[in-house]
Amino acid sequence: MALLQISEPGMSTAPHQHRLAVGIDLGTTNSLVASVRNGLSVVINDEQGHPLLPSVVRYLADGSVTVGYPAQAKQSEDPHNTLVSVKRFMGRGVRDIRDIAALPYQFVDAPGMLQLKTVAGSKSPVEVSAEILKVLKRRAETALGGDLAGAVITVPAYFDDAQRQATKDAAKLADLNVLRLLNEPTAAAIAYGLDNGAEGIYAVYDLGGGTFDISILKLSKGVFEVLATNGDSALGGDDFDHRIYCWVLEQAGLSVLGDHDKRLLLTRAREAKEMLSERPTAGITAMLSTGQLVDLRLDEPAFRAMTESLVNKTLLPCRKALRDAGLTPAEVKGVVMVGGSTRMPRIQAAVGEFFGQVPLTNLDPDKVVALGAAIQANVLAGNKRDDDWLLLDVVPLSLGIETMGGLVEKIIPRNATLPLARAQEFTTFKDGQTAMAIHVVQGERELVGECRSLARFELRGIPPMVAGAARIRVTFQVDADGLLAVAAREMSTGIEAHIEVKPSYGLSDDEIARMLRDSYDHARFDVEARQLAELKVDAQRLVEATEAALAEDGETLLDPAERAAITARVAALTQAMQGNDAQTVKRASDALNQGTAEFAARRMDASVKRALKGQKLEELDL
Amino acid sequence: MLDFNRNHFEIFGLAPRFALDTEALERAYRDIQSQVHPDRFAHAGEAEQRLSMQWTTRVNEAYQTLRQPFDRANYLLELHGIHAMDPSNTKMPADFLMQQMAWREALEEAKADKSFAGLQDLGRDIGGLAQAMQAQLANLLDRQQDFPHAAEVLRKYRFMQKLLAEIDAAYEEIE
Ligand SMILES: Nc1ncnc2c1ncn2[C@@H]1O[C@H](COP(=O)(O)OP(=O)(O)O)[C@@H](O)[C@H]1O
Ligand SMILES: [Mg+2]
Repeated sequence: MALLQISEPGMSTAPHQHRLAVGIDLGTTNSLVASVRNGLSVVINDEQGHPLLPSVVRYLADGSVTVGYPAQAKQSEDPHNTLVSVKRFMGRGVRDIRDIAALPYQFVDAPGMLQLKTVAGSKSPVEVSAEILKVLKRRAETALGGDLAGAVITVPAYFDDAQRQATKDAAKLADLNVLRLLNEPTAAAIAYGLDNGAEGIYAVYDLGGGTFDISILKLSKGVFEVLATNGDSALGGDDFDHRIYCWVLEQAGLSVLGDHDKRLLLTRAREAKEMLSERPTAGITAMLSTGQLVDLRLDEPAFRAMTESLVNKTLLPCRKALRDAGLTPAEVKGVVMVGGSTRMPRIQAAVGEFFGQVPLTNLDPDKVVALGAAIQANVLAGNKRDDDWLLLDVVPLSLGIETMGGLVEKIIPRNATLPLARAQEFTTFKDGQTAMAIHVVQGERELVGECRSLARFELRGIPPMVAGAARIRVTFQVDADGLLAVAAREMSTGIEAHIEVKPSYGLSDDEIARMLRDSYDHARFDVEARQLAELKVDAQRLVEATEAALAEDGETLLDPAERAAITARVAALTQAMQGNDAQTVKRASDALNQGTAEFAARRMDASVKRALKGQKLEELDL
Repeated sequence: MLDFNRNHFEIFGLAPRFALDTEALERAYRDIQSQVHPDRFAHAGEAEQRLSMQWTTRVNEAYQTLRQPFDRANYLLELHGIHAMDPSNTKMPADFLMQQMAWREALEEAKADKSFAGLQDLGRDIGGLAQAMQAQLANLLDRQQDFPHAAEVLRKYRFMQKLLAEIDAAYEEIE
């Protein structure tokens, strides 16, 4: 008998094609796509050699769309239709947006999420983000020479459920298969950690254009564990630009400006800010539409004075994150700097002072996140065999439900490790109460009004009992992407109600289908062909995974009859894939899935047993 | 098989004790996670993905409970049929409550004075006592096996923890 090869379970050893997988940093200001090529993570440039894609989308009257630098160039000329920093609006309503008066857009307050009015109609932030993703997808497919098997897309660690869901919807709309949503700071740590073989506690300080994140991570023996995250989803380089802009208005004695001039001055402000990272002074020159010439010079001390409070504002979340992790600044071994705004010397100094050490800046702060995401995408796509590291991510904000008096009862605390499920029992308030409204919220505050409302649903048909007698168990389940599903069940009767938190904030599948159809414009969009293609991709994956599992453990964990039964189903599915009937493929896939459930369970148990064997513990009966 | 009746300690192959080797717990947690985590199965079949999700969820729950001294003690008591935090069990000795009130006053005072030093002193005192209670819990739960008495200490310990949390929150308020 040939010797059996033993490898890590779950990892395909059957020869397969290298699957093309990318990491995407979908940034507020700039987006990037990276991929692992010949074992190295690299950013994929556009045809002109630019690594960054400005996250700017312009809609034209004829329905066409431009993205990136050409759109950015028209920003002041066509401010209403040129959408920048749209990430700030993901999963948000009009009421959530600070500084809304300072923005040149016309907002439409749609249920769940706002929309932006353009010459091409109202656009949801999800659609706008999808345009950016489509460009990156095309860029990657051209450079890599094939269809993408999947993508890891990064989100700020502080993003709540609605924002994560919106990001995933955007990917769906761009026809990207999302392998995982990954927290940006975690991605940065992957890029740094693997390159430098670092061990210990690290802080990742990410100040981009529109968001600030601080994460405390523990790297040890190949496990990345997020101990705590904190931040401010509305603080970034844009705010520094805005301070300069206000200063310009004051200095030049300007008051109300048109959208065009406002955009122009904000762009000049940003250029001056970036200049001040290299030089002691920067000029701000602009010709306004009124014919007035603005010509000012800003120096470093003045800039520092007007932005000092913003710099300090980033330190409070740092302190909180450390406290959550139960650590002091001295216990932090390294501070990773991420995001274009960390190029500001003042930021580097303040962070250095807070943590008592010189921060790490040896990787390009613009690219770190995309590089790390690509590494993770490569692993998730199953390309890397000796995956010797693992990522344990956490819930960014506590999840709970509303109880009497508008108070929040937390069910899942912030920073609990993903994925997880937690249940809590509640009871009725009045005699004979037969229904219970369940209001799901996310946030750290004690009052419902100060948290983000995620969903409302009702559990009906509770048998009439005296107050306090019914037992209603509410279960929260958060998956590896940090997305929530909630279920409620009355324990004595078993009456149940479920909600994917999605519908109230995200888009329903119907809406996505509609948008997909719209986006294909006049071109024929064949829903069925697409479905069949997707089913075949999944089926292929299933066949490969099953064959790999059989090769690894088939002899040891299955008897010949069981093995034959699985092999027969693999053959049936392979056969079905030759044809063009979606139903047949679906049925054969389901059959193989069911037929391998028991085998999968045995493999999982065996691997856990192996994992614990390494330890000198009392005998286990697993 | 993934047996949902197996208790949290058994999952990690650890003896059911309060005085736990936290490093061994952490090691076992990581070793199991590295086998069962969904990232390991992103490209596997549906059955494996579902199992992975169930395992990880279960392991996370067990780990979260065992790593915290309060939750661990409470869980150990539950294994012995004692629901220490049952609402019917809230009676506390009068002298303990008096002491609590004194501490709360001190906390309010430190807050009103925006006194970092005041908060620090208070935190150190209460933190020290909480530490001592942990030692007491280890003795009662692991050696004496006096569970009703341990439940009493645990209820006191929870008061101390709440105070410590309030002190933490106070730092933020006066910052
Ligand atoms: N040299 C620089 N000095 C100061 N700020 C800079 C510099 N380079 C880029 N930035 C700022 O970085 C921000 C964009 O950072 P980036 O990491 O790309 O953002 P995001 O993650 O939000 O997309 C912008 O506000 C930009 O002005
Ligand atoms: Mg970024």
